[in-house]
Amino acid sequence: MASAIRFAAPKIASALRPATRLAPATRAFSQSAAAREGLNSLNTFTEEEQMLREAVANFAKNTIKPKVFEMDEKELLDKSVLKGLFDQGLMGIETPTELGGAGASFTSAIVVIEELAKVDPSVSVICDVQNTLVNTIIKKYGTQAQKEKYLTALAEGKVGCFCLSEAGSGSDAFALETTAKKDGSKYILSGSKMWITNSYEAEIFLVFANADPSKGYKGITCFIVEKDMGVKVAKKEIKLGIKASSTCVLNFDDIEIPADAVLGEVGKGYKYAIEALNEGRIGIAAQMIGLAQGAFDEAQQYMYQRKQFGSLIGDFQGMQFQVAQVATEIEAARLLTYNAARLKEEGKPFVMEAAMAKLYSSQVAEKAASKAVEWVGGVGFTREFPLEKFYRDCKIGAIYEGTSNIQLQTIAKMLKPKYA
Amino acid sequence: MSLRVLVPIKRVVDYAVKIRVANGRVDTANLKHSMNPFDEIALEEAVRMKEKKAAKEVIAFSVGPTKSQDVLRTALAMGADTAVHVEVAEGQEVQPLQVAKLIKAFAEKEKPELVILGKQAIDDDSSQTGQMLAGLLGWPQATFASKIEVKDGSKITVTREVDGGLETISAPLPAVVTADLRLNEPRFATLPNIMKARKKPLTKLSPKDLGVDVTPTIETVKVEEPPKRVGGAKVESVDELVAKLKAAGVV
Repeated sequence: MASAIRFAAPKIASALRPATRLAPATRAFSQSAAAREGLNSLNTFTEEEQMLREAVANFAKNTIKPKVFEMDEKELLDKSVLKGLFDQGLMGIETPTELGGAGASFTSAIVVIEELAKVDPSVSVICDVQNTLVNTIIKKYGTQAQKEKYLTALAEGKVGCFCLSEAGSGSDAFALETTAKKDGSKYILSGSKMWITNSYEAEIFLVFANADPSKGYKGITCFIVEKDMGVKVAKKEIKLGIKASSTCVLNFDDIEIPADAVLGEVGKGYKYAIEALNEGRIGIAAQMIGLAQGAFDEAQQYMYQRKQFGSLIGDFQGMQFQVAQVATEIEAARLLTYNAARLKEEGKPFVMEAAMAKLYSSQVAEKAASKAVEWVGGVGFTREFPLEKFYRDCKIGAIYEGTSNIQLQTIAKMLKPKYA
Repeated sequence: MSLRVLVPIKRVVDYAVKIRVANGRVDTANLKHSMNPFDEIALEEAVRMKEKKAAKEVIAFSVGPTKSQDVLRTALAMGADTAVHVEVAEGQEVQPLQVAKLIKAFAEKEKPELVILGKQAIDDDSSQTGQMLAGLLGWPQATFASKIEVKDGSKITVTREVDGGLETISAPLPAVVTADLRLNEPRFATLPNIMKARKKPLTKLSPKDLGVDVTPTIETVKVEEPPKRVGGAKVESVDELVAKLKAAGVV
């Protein structure tokens, strides 16, 4: 008999809970209290989210997949792929419709990021940064004028990027040294950023600079800077993976930015950065599970075609056991990711779960990609087969938007109060 | 231009899925389903007509169980204005003649000027519904269309793909057209349109509402997989080839 634990039905504030109730289980004994009260499994998506998943999967397969190899070899995002992302409405997912966005849910963004990553994690991260970092902060802290100007531009055709890290400050983000000196009705922005995703294509830059170094990190302020204010895109990094995603050094050589470029409140930038990264983490987790699944699916296709010793290599028990193990871990990572997404949508605390999702997903992605190359053997090691790219791409998962050590620290910090 | 275009669509097993025959039937229960690819092409053509202002309304129409609503929602997300679902019981087989009768009953009520269907469904490959519909309605038909042009809102010029090549015909409206592969390339549903689709009207009807009996009139006698390919043999010379062909009784 099903367990007798009864849960109080949560207050469903978000209108984006599944519109159609799931049919209850057909066998009486398996119908749990939870199912009767409409609490659904983590594999439950609204009709829109499901349709979106299919639409993006088709778009990725038909428009992006043919260009993946070329983009990786050239280390450059194809312009038609970028245009496709905008045309499909994927660069303003949560932006309200009045501002030109799709007005969809956070989980919709996660679904998009996951599906794109199954085909190309580089393209996925471009979409992730735009939606979960740039759009999110402007939507939350922008004035109406800033929202109308920038959210619309970001939904329709302009790429944005999140400029926090510097040569001397990565995990230790608040040690940043870029300054913004107030000068009458403007600020003089001076300094340099490093490791900035999307920076080569971007026209809108969310720059974190210190407006009052005497206050330490409490002087950090977020500025919306436009390219033609004088942002210089310097060195473009040549990387191990996600090569089509641009990662550049940015220089601000005493450029003038207007006072209304301040996003939110002066001195609160550190807070906005942490908040954005806590949410963006779920996006990276989605990218990693997409990557893992993409690698896994490619390998499975090959394994049920290739024969050795008279059998399909996918039929050898040794292989099947490895495959089952990896599939289990991908599923666990996926559930961590979607649970964190739904917790955030429900307005519940999610920081620890988001950190767990990103930590675990990046680990699973590395294992899945590594195993996938091994399973298909020699051909998996060649660049003309998609698997070696997944293997190279996965490594960044444990590094950006909070290294795995930072995630562990966050999780530990949130656990301690429960016990001590 | 005030054309109203009716696009009947069918929910079928997805084209990429491998099907198997078990117990004399194809078991479709847990397989992925989607809109029939030729119906997507038909719908895309109708939506393009609306964008070119040659049409003012696109109505998507489907006969099937509850799950058929998925493809109707996709049609709305691709640009259809309204959707009509003629709901039948899960597992109820509805054959081309009965589908044609249902579309006819609906068309006689709603009076669209143009009906565009996919040339055939990829599950039964009948290629009959459009033709039968035209016959029942007494309307002209242009099947296997690879190009459709609307002239003055009163007639159409259609290029058809036939065995000998291409044939161009013109017909007065109202008319029935069936879409072939090269008519167009369907769009992907964009996210903003998927969100808007939810607010578009979807009406439910029953076969009784349209006065049609959907009892099948054709009985399926046998379903079997095609014979498995057996390996051939290599021959060393033309003489050996001729000898083997004679032995097999083919020369």
